[in-house]
Amino acid sequence: MNPILEAVIAVLMVSGGAFTLAGAIGLARLQDFYSRLHAPTKATTVGVGSITLSSMIYFMATTGALALNEGLIMVFLFLTAPISANMLAKAAMHLRVQQAENTKGQAWDQ
Amino acid sequence: MIAIALKITIVMVSLAVALNVYRLVKGPDAPDRILALDSLSINAIALILLLGISINSRLYIESALLIAVMGFIGTVALAKYLKRGSVIE
Amino acid sequence: MIKGRFGLPMPILSLALFLVWQALNDGVTGGSVVMGLLLAWLLPLATRNFWPDRPGIKHPLRFSFYVVRVVFDIIVASAEVALIVMIPGRQPKTAFVSFPLELEHPLAISTLASTISLTPGTVSADISDDNTLLLIHVLDLDDEAKLIETIKRRYERPLREIFS
Repeated sequence: MNPILEAVIAVLMVSGGAFTLAGAIGLARLQDFYSRLHAPTKATTVGVGSITLSSMIYFMATTGALALNEGLIMVFLFLTAPISANMLAKAAMHLRVQQAENTKGQAWDQ
Repeated sequence: MIAIALKITIVMVSLAVALNVYRLVKGPDAPDRILALDSLSINAIALILLLGISINSRLYIESALLIAVMGFIGTVALAKYLKRGSVIE
Repeated sequence: MIKGRFGLPMPILSLALFLVWQALNDGVTGGSVVMGLLLAWLLPLATRNFWPDRPGIKHPLRFSFYVVRVVFDIIVASAEVALIVMIPGRQPKTAFVSFPLELEHPLAISTLASTISLTPGTVSADISDDNTLLLIHVLDLDDEAKLIETIKRRYERPLREIFS
């Protein structure tokens, strides 16, 4: 395989893994539920999207055929991540999940 | 080069899975656990894709697609259950 | 657009169905093109009565520019969130902010809410009953007025032009 293409695949893969790990670290160490919500919706989505892209390029380079399933996975992840975050935030506000002491402003539930 | 990158990435995603399981066990509230389950399903997609690259086969890509769909539906159903007390009204 | 009983009532949905079918088949072959065209024709016809009002994207080209910009912003925002998370021992200054909406079309509002969730360190949490306020949670807040200004300038105005 072309060495430049190989480097692109490797960089995309490792940066995707790093983003996924950052999302998980955020989920594990942030202080309250609402701030924990940020890490998986942004970092993990981008991380897995990057791994998907690297898999797509890898199979297109090795087989020479179009690899479109990964594109579908990526689009689906990016479309659904904000929706599930929104549903979880609504559920948490309904259950009055504790917010951190230093939070500015209030959650309203109606 | 890809082989080394693959090993590094699998280690990082596995660490992410371990941290997600920590949050799943610790909680403290139900939304936290659902969020951890959602992240676990997304990490499972990443692991399946990495498996596909490492054995050079596209056999498992469709299961990754199914996990993406089912993980989303599961998260939405659980969140809706917490908010309303029922999934389908 | 072809009207009538057997026409294409929703051309954008038909195009999306065709493209998704090619993606599901993992490549463009003769069989997948035929099946995709058939599905793109029949599914909108069969589900026509379930669509309450037609979403009105006025400028498809400008919408694709908007998507490109949002994808770029998503990458930048994730890097920022990853950096905030990685600094050990620091808990970010979180805040709830009420964002006054100028958009009216439901599809435009949900596009804006999804964009807010994915981009600048914010998650949209709830919308008021009269569709005028959006509650957003900010991970690391510096200046509330500046944040609202940025969202209005960068995302809400283009969306208002696209969905007018």
